[in-house]
Amino acid sequence: MSQVWVILFAPLLAAGLITLFTRRSQGLSAALSIGAILVGFGCALQLFAALGSGQPLSPAPIQWLSVGPVQVEIGATVDRLSLLMLLVVTGVGSAIQIYSLGYMKGDPGLSRYYACMSLFTFSMLGIVLANNFIQMFIFWELVGLSSYLLIGFWFERASATAAGIKAFLTNRVGDFGFMLGILMLWSYAGTFDFAQLQSRLPGLHLEAGVLALIGLLIFCGTVGKSAQFPLHVWLPDAMEGPTPVSALIHAATMVAAGVYMLARVIWLLAPAPFALEVIAYIGGFTALLAALIAVAQNDIKRILAYSTLSQLGYMVMAVGLGGDLQAMFHLTTHAFFKALLFLTAGSVIVALHHEQDIWKMGGLRQKMPHTFAAFLIGTLALAGVWPLSGFYSKDEILLLALDHNAGLFVLAAFTALLTSFYMGRAFGVVFLGQPRDRHAFDHAHESPLVMTGPMLFLVVLSVAGGWFSAVPHFLQPAAAGAEHSLGLQIGLLAIPALGFLVSGLLYWRGDASDAPLQRALGPLHRAMYHKFYLDEIYAVLIRYTQDLVAAVCDFIDRWIVQGLGVGGLSLGVGLVGRVVNLLQTGQVRTYALWFGFGVVVVVYFSLIG
Amino acid sequence: MVGLDHYLLVSGLLFALGLVGVALRRSALVTLMCLEMTLNAANLAAVAFSHYLGRAEGQILVFFTIVIAAAEVAVGLAIFVALFRQKQTVSLDDLTSMRS
Amino acid sequence: MGVQDLLFWFFSAAMLLCGVLVIANRNPVNSAMFLILLFINMAGLFLLLEAFFLAIVQILVYAGAVMVLFLFVIMLLDIKEGARKPVKKLAVGLAAAVGLALSAEIWLAIQGPAAPAGAPLHGGLKEVVKQLFTNYLLPFEVTALILLVAMLGVVLLSRGREVK
Repeated sequence: MSQVWVILFAPLLAAGLITLFTRRSQGLSAALSIGAILVGFGCALQLFAALGSGQPLSPAPIQWLSVGPVQVEIGATVDRLSLLMLLVVTGVGSAIQIYSLGYMKGDPGLSRYYACMSLFTFSMLGIVLANNFIQMFIFWELVGLSSYLLIGFWFERASATAAGIKAFLTNRVGDFGFMLGILMLWSYAGTFDFAQLQSRLPGLHLEAGVLALIGLLIFCGTVGKSAQFPLHVWLPDAMEGPTPVSALIHAATMVAAGVYMLARVIWLLAPAPFALEVIAYIGGFTALLAALIAVAQNDIKRILAYSTLSQLGYMVMAVGLGGDLQAMFHLTTHAFFKALLFLTAGSVIVALHHEQDIWKMGGLRQKMPHTFAAFLIGTLALAGVWPLSGFYSKDEILLLALDHNAGLFVLAAFTALLTSFYMGRAFGVVFLGQPRDRHAFDHAHESPLVMTGPMLFLVVLSVAGGWFSAVPHFLQPAAAGAEHSLGLQIGLLAIPALGFLVSGLLYWRGDASDAPLQRALGPLHRAMYHKFYLDEIYAVLIRYTQDLVAAVCDFIDRWIVQGLGVGGLSLGVGLVGRVVNLLQTGQVRTYALWFGFGVVVVVYFSLIG
Repeated sequence: MVGLDHYLLVSGLLFALGLVGVALRRSALVTLMCLEMTLNAANLAAVAFSHYLGRAEGQILVFFTIVIAAAEVAVGLAIFVALFRQKQTVSLDDLTSMRS
Repeated sequence: MGVQDLLFWFFSAAMLLCGVLVIANRNPVNSAMFLILLFINMAGLFLLLEAFFLAIVQILVYAGAVMVLFLFVIMLLDIKEGARKPVKKLAVGLAAAVGLALSAEIWLAIQGPAAPAGAPLHGGLKEVVKQLFTNYLLPFEVTALILLVAMLGVVLLSRGREVK
């Protein structure tokens, strides 16, 4: 049972040791960090093995804060859901940290990198294991901090620090709603603990509006952390961080935390159908929006980032449609193949000396065969091609949409089409055809084993991860899936096929270019390239409100605090002083008169009064 | 029948007179004289108490008061002399260097 | 008893009248004169109160020494009659108010029950002196010191800046 605490605190210990002691020694720092997460992975496997024995796995919680009605503890929930996430986080995390040895080789800040990675691992595990809202929120924020530290890792670059701040601030907005939801729930139910809340909720007989509001407020946390519209703007900018960071945090784990949280408290959302509907539509809209933008992007990491956004939209939509199992399934498979795609992209980037523009790549199939194969597998998995894992998880979601909401099904299907289209485009432009930058191409070479090894690990998972509907079955062994005809499932394969066909025609050849697409779409293409100008709109909005707030604050500070307060005080004191001054005539006689008055008063009170 | 309260009343009136004089007169010397009046009023009250209550302390108080008052007058007048040398006046209206 | 009462009223009235005249006079010498008269009347009151020693001392010290000193200084500084400056009505009014208020308060205070009377000190000079030289010996000596200090102070103050 104490293995749970080991899993949680080993990375924290590593982070602390690195920060305090091993900053100079990069090798030692890396070893500490990788060791910690591998230990975690091992313990997670052990717990997984112990699952069948029927013993309760959750260790006893530690009482942390006890102030009157507020009781907060640090606990660990070990059930199938958290165990799944534990395996994903530690497994994929281990692979990525090992990969980082190759990618970040020679970087002067390597120790700091591994310290932040370990801190992140600790925070993410804290979210996974949390058994009450306060603990989850604390680690929620910690994860945001780790993300900020890692996005702005190359802090000499102004764009990196700006991106880090943008990520943190955007998350803050979502977290504000999240906190409000937590507090509102507490005010009704009196506790933060998940188990207690779940048991008390039916007895509270809250009205539908209140339940919906709480649900939506808590969803705000997901909107921020999992980058749903309208708080999605930070994720593409987060690509400023090193590619392994993008793989781990902004594809596989942190952004998935929002979905995990929703799955954790699905019992809270279930009795609020309105909230679920809103969640589904936001998820679907985000998926579509991100896919449209991805079609027009030229930076390979940005393409993958928008793809992540799109897939997160799928997961959120699934939750909104009542399919938390399907959402977790897709979360798991997405972690595998998206991490894989990012790692392969990193491999390409490093081979071409940190070139990220796809129009400067090309023909890399010849020079980097392993990377090529891995990227191909990842693409096919993402597009949902049988028999890879993505096919199973994505189809589950599509079928779920079909069952519940035809409109969302159409939207999801169209987004899947776009997905295969832009991935085919990226694949073709980067790996096929002729190299566009001869000089960089000549210097390119396949990545070392330390990088290709983890990629291989993820390839295996991407291929096999979906078989036997393992994940949903694992989460709820007793549940029976909805039955769908085989024909329907095969028919859904037509979507990625169509997408690849069109993208192949345009991009899988030597003279591939965006020109035909731009001609076809016209101004729409420009809007897609510019992310539909959302960043610009936000900038104007924020500047407007900020100016307003600043003007109000200035007014208050200048006129009220300084004018009335300070000025008023000084004026008052001066006035009083001047009045008292009048008494000081310098004339003895006047003083004698005042003395006489005083004597009269004193005599009155002492003799008569 | 004259009793203690009569003497006390007279003493009070004299004291009040002295106070009024201090407040009204412009010349420093006359002001000092009015102060002497007030002191005397207090002396009268003390002696009256001493007589009617049969205690010796009243007269002793007066004894000391007279002595001290004499010393005080001497010093005060010396101050006025010194002041006069500086300012050529003993009018209280002109002695306002303590004015703020 | 009748004579004594009459004498009381006489002395008191005279004293108060002299007091008023001290204040009202423009000429400081006249004020000093009236003050001397006041002291003499006071001595008379002391006599009525059987404080014989004090009556003599009053005349000797106050009327005899203090006022002489006053007159010396007046003559030394050659203080003329005070100029005819218009008296501020407000000041007079206020001062009169203060005075009246005080008097009224004293009168009100006297209204209360009388203090317990002891055996009247009939010419008990012996008693007074005995107290003076036993219980109040220290203050007695200290006053001598005070007189010395006063003398020194006066000498210092009136020396001025002649001696370099």
